[in-house]
Amino acid sequence: MELFNLGIRSIFIDNMIFAYFLGMCSFLAVSKKVSTAIGLGAAVIFVLTVTVPVNWLLNEFVLKEGALSWVNGSLATIDLSFLRFIMFIAIIAAMVQLVEMVVEKFAPALYGALGIFLPLIAVNCAILGGSLFMAQRDYTLAESAVYGFGSGTGFCLAIVALAAIREKLKYSHVPNGLKGLGITMLLTGLMGMAFMSFMGIDL
Amino acid sequence: MSAETVEKTIEKKPAEAFLSKRRKKLVSDPLVDENPITIQVLGICSALAVTTQMKPTLVMAISVIFVVVMSNLVISLMRNTIPSRVRIIVQLAVVATLVTLVSEVLKAFAYDMYKELSVFVGLIITNCIVMGRLEAFALGNKPYDSVLDGFGSALGYSWIILTVAFFRELLGSGAVFGLPIYESISSIFGPDFNLATNGLMVSPVGAFIILGLIIWVQRTKTGYVEH
Repeated sequence: MELFNLGIRSIFIDNMIFAYFLGMCSFLAVSKKVSTAIGLGAAVIFVLTVTVPVNWLLNEFVLKEGALSWVNGSLATIDLSFLRFIMFIAIIAAMVQLVEMVVEKFAPALYGALGIFLPLIAVNCAILGGSLFMAQRDYTLAESAVYGFGSGTGFCLAIVALAAIREKLKYSHVPNGLKGLGITMLLTGLMGMAFMSFMGIDL
Repeated sequence: MSAETVEKTIEKKPAEAFLSKRRKKLVSDPLVDENPITIQVLGICSALAVTTQMKPTLVMAISVIFVVVMSNLVISLMRNTIPSRVRIIVQLAVVATLVTLVSEVLKAFAYDMYKELSVFVGLIITNCIVMGRLEAFALGNKPYDSVLDGFGSALGYSWIILTVAFFRELLGSGAVFGLPIYESISSIFGPDFNLATNGLMVSPVGAFIILGLIIWVQRTKTGYVEH
């Protein structure tokens, strides 16, 4: 039940986009068509679900203060947490490379549609942010898996919804200076207001 | 061709001035016409997350300036030795090292600020401006030019996030840099007068809307239209 609550919370209340602004670059750049948005959303869900637990293992058994004590009692005082950024990003880059190879082999159409954005998932703030939040909030392994999946789903939901709105927006008359990025920011703000209604829910 | 003529041709080419017109453009272009946030749509993530108040925003801006300038310099120095297949990993390693440095310095000398910025310092690694400048400029240009280019881009980023933070803090908490502006204005008009703050500005929604409006104003002025 706890895990289920965490999942719901990470999808709606602590939404990556609307509560923490993570992954905005790809959120804005890939939200022009629903089909590509779904592809990117799925890739983000997958990468987050894999990287957060893997980084949890890394954090728990290598980086945390005293984490190395399972190797040898004399290593119990070592604190490698300052290496967190560089290790997490290395894991993420490796995982993204793996996903890229799998997608290229089994879904070439999706690979073509995602184009440059697949490798760019490595530098998507949402992915690194997920791992950093996991480390900061001291999740357990099960929690971190649920959190990774939930926040990925939240991102996917937000980007697909925005893409759907932007597809409709093509037919409306927008002032010149507001075209593109400007109106998208305002739209995101309005969507964020809708998501704020979840904030009162106490799980 | 004899050695003498070679020497002559080298001599003929005058050294570029320390701050030539082209170099000044490297710094000034990203401020308005090529602004990383409003025109190139890069680095929006962190632009919004830390901007509820001016102080953390200023720290963030300084950190980003440091990271962009230094990573541009390092990558530019190494640009001829990096094989292009592994360049992303090399860039990430350099950037992550610099960000770790910033984060450790903040932890040591400004612990409260470190707590307040929490994961967003670490997220400078994935700030698209850093990677964008490395890919687009530092990999193909000389160190000094790259430093100027990085400085310009980071400055363009900084003034936008500081503007967003100014409006969010003023309208949301009635203060600027922690100075209670609203309170002092209210006190002029007597005890019953009270300027109300707008809670929406403190929430993420305020950031989206203010940035949207800034982009509108800025693009109307420069006449940039996205298609």
